[in-house]
Amino acid sequence: MNGTRPSPLELVCPAGTPAGLRTAVDAGAHSVYCGFRDETNARNFPGLNFDRAEMREGVAYAHDRRVKVLIALNTFMRASTTDLWKKGVDDAVAAGADALILADAALVAYARRNHPKQRLHLSVQAAAATPEAIAFYRDHFGVARVVLPRVLTVEEIARLTAQAAPCETEVFVFGGLCVMAEGRCMLSSYATGKSPNMTGVCSPPSHVDYREENEELVASVGGFTVERFARGEPAGYPTLCKGSFRARGTASHLFEDPVSLNAVELLPRLAEIGVTAFKIEGRQRGRAYVATVVQAFRRALDAIASGAKVDFNELRALTEGQRDTTGAYKKAWR
Amino acid sequence: MDHSNMRGALPPVVSHAAGILPLFPLEIAGRHLLANALAARPSFASRLGEHAGRTFAIDPVDCPFVFLMTPGQEQPSVRLVRRKLASGYDARIAAPLLVLIGMIDGTYDGDALFFSRDLVIEGDTGAVLALRNAIENAELDPSTVLGLPRNLRGPFNRATRMALDKLRHALHAPEESGPRREDRLS
Amino acid sequence: MSNSQPRLSLTLGPVLFNWSGERWTDFYNRIADEAPVDRVCIGEVVCSKRKPFRDEVILSTVDRLERGGKEVVYSTLALPTTKREIRDIRDMVEAGYLIEANDIATVHLLGGRPHVIGPFLNIYNEETLALHRELGATRICLPPELPLESIRLIAKGNEVVEVFAFGRAPLALSARCYHARAHGVPKDACQFVCDRDADGMDVTTIDGRPFLAVNGIQTMGYVVTAATHQIAALRDAGVVSLRLSPQSCDMVRVIRIFRDVADGHMTEQEATEALGVLELPGPMSDGFLRGVPGVRHFDEVD
Repeated sequence: MNGTRPSPLELVCPAGTPAGLRTAVDAGAHSVYCGFRDETNARNFPGLNFDRAEMREGVAYAHDRRVKVLIALNTFMRASTTDLWKKGVDDAVAAGADALILADAALVAYARRNHPKQRLHLSVQAAAATPEAIAFYRDHFGVARVVLPRVLTVEEIARLTAQAAPCETEVFVFGGLCVMAEGRCMLSSYATGKSPNMTGVCSPPSHVDYREENEELVASVGGFTVERFARGEPAGYPTLCKGSFRARGTASHLFEDPVSLNAVELLPRLAEIGVTAFKIEGRQRGRAYVATVVQAFRRALDAIASGAKVDFNELRALTEGQRDTTGAYKKAWR
Repeated sequence: MDHSNMRGALPPVVSHAAGILPLFPLEIAGRHLLANALAARPSFASRLGEHAGRTFAIDPVDCPFVFLMTPGQEQPSVRLVRRKLASGYDARIAAPLLVLIGMIDGTYDGDALFFSRDLVIEGDTGAVLALRNAIENAELDPSTVLGLPRNLRGPFNRATRMALDKLRHALHAPEESGPRREDRLS
Repeated sequence: MSNSQPRLSLTLGPVLFNWSGERWTDFYNRIADEAPVDRVCIGEVVCSKRKPFRDEVILSTVDRLERGGKEVVYSTLALPTTKREIRDIRDMVEAGYLIEANDIATVHLLGGRPHVIGPFLNIYNEETLALHRELGATRICLPPELPLESIRLIAKGNEVVEVFAFGRAPLALSARCYHARAHGVPKDACQFVCDRDADGMDVTTIDGRPFLAVNGIQTMGYVVTAATHQIAALRDAGVVSLRLSPQSCDMVRVIRIFRDVADGHMTEQEATEALGVLELPGPMSDGFLRGVPGVRHFDEVD
């Protein structure tokens, strides 16, 4: 830790529901991120997210406890329906959002034009993976922070963070892992007609089917088998890019094993290179999960900030029994 | 499929004993519990959205009966039927009774239970996910479901939680991972 | 079909696959001499490691294409991440070529200069399209997942919209090379195993059902996009150009078929049948355009 950090380390935590928001706030989040219950946000899953009143209450709850609320409107506006997204921006500002997390360049432009003082973050869905891409959003629209895509190595992040200034960087450190460059993946619409960019869902549950077949649990998306689990074998949500496929005559997890990201051991290095915010994925996960993960990461960040030793074992235990990965952060992943 | 080896299942002797219980009083109780929960959490149905009209089979695999529940936008409906008579539902959520209770009261993360195969779901996956997220947000605890007066809730919840914890432990149910609301508030 | 309607132009997209230098040069020479295509995009879009092989022959190829009356566009990397990759793009921009931007970084490097945009940028609505036009984009190929319904709303009245009309649709990009992974070699020592699959490596489900194709770090559809049934609808929607993405089949024939159907010399049904006899790497589909899953074949009912 050096003493010249531009800002303190910030733990950014998921809030899929109002109860999830309170859980994350109480567990020690510095910021929570959440979205409205419609296709303006990239976690448009049934039963999740906030209506307008819930959002205002959530912001009040967080602000009372000095926790920030970042509101995500991070899908791409549908042609001739852009008012839904713009209204979302207006309502998020009115609700008291500390920042908006946006992906569509035209929506970023709208927010900047109509709410000149509002702090704007660039969503991971905008896939800004180079200093030039970040400069585009920073120079044109005054974006204050960019959430980096999970395709970069730590060394690339270091270079980016240095060149992005005064724009801050935020990186994912725990939870689900996109294998593809975020916001540039159409696998889901190819198989189901619904996609993260257009409808805010990837491998949507409405198109997921589980069936028992010869003592195996068969999971399919859009009618395509993506995994067969033997009895007793741990099952996972059948995201297309983490399924088993066959290529060159061999069945394998061709794109990615069913793992989740755990960059805990890289935390000190990421803090050292100047990353501002550390993001936990999982707005679709339950309160149980959120509370445990947030508490553990908050302790780790506090330790790093005060120069104390981080209890890595506690964080490693979070994914015990499951497989995890540091993903693209280490070059060997590629 | 035989579920008696699922973690946290009641011992066969208890399961069989449950089989001779008369269903009607249990159904009345179930209806009562759901009505309490919905009264305490008015946003529950709107959170379910289009899925509120679906019929869910809540299937405690270690009991001989199944709850058929339709939350509805206005009037919830609950029926209790013998397992072999359960039909006409859109989705089925099956786990040992203690695990189902643990999911409702926030002891367990539904995702984790499913990933570890302690929970089986079938049918309309979107509806199941909506229900699970609505339950997550409802933060139901035993006293709310039973409709107890506010001043009794803390002690009652603690006592119930302790009893359920012991039972889960004794039956080798999955490790809990939930936030303890009573701990947070204390 | 009346000839009074505006002429649909044809763009030959960049070769997305790792074809050998000889195959690549032969391909473009034949395009230069025989194909009625208005413009040709050339350059490596998928993997910067393949680029040195292209650079050796690109200038003579460009020369031949220009002598054949084609407008030449320099396509750039879709997912640049390294310093060197950015420097290469900057060099091309500074050299003054007409650039096809496939990443927002390239748009930034262009600094407002006129350019075209390939199907890798997230332009999903009329306002984002307008923003890119203000930044100098003169023709914009929309993402392949957009349905005709949206294309109509975006293309109305601006005469800059191009649509992905033939070839395996690009679906995703990753930092990871799946060709290398499938061959069990590290990306850094990949031995260019992607050169073994001229149309990408077929990927099936574990049950053996054809599903996707892999091209290095890129994932594509197994099916072959073919917009032959939608030509009139696309023209009516205000689309001014069709993008034909090279596959190993007879692309000169593909281009002629699209030219003929666009000019009204062939019906949409005849065009579909004419494509059907070529050696395509998968069944034809226009699922994305119809707003159904992109994998849906012509002969699968909705």
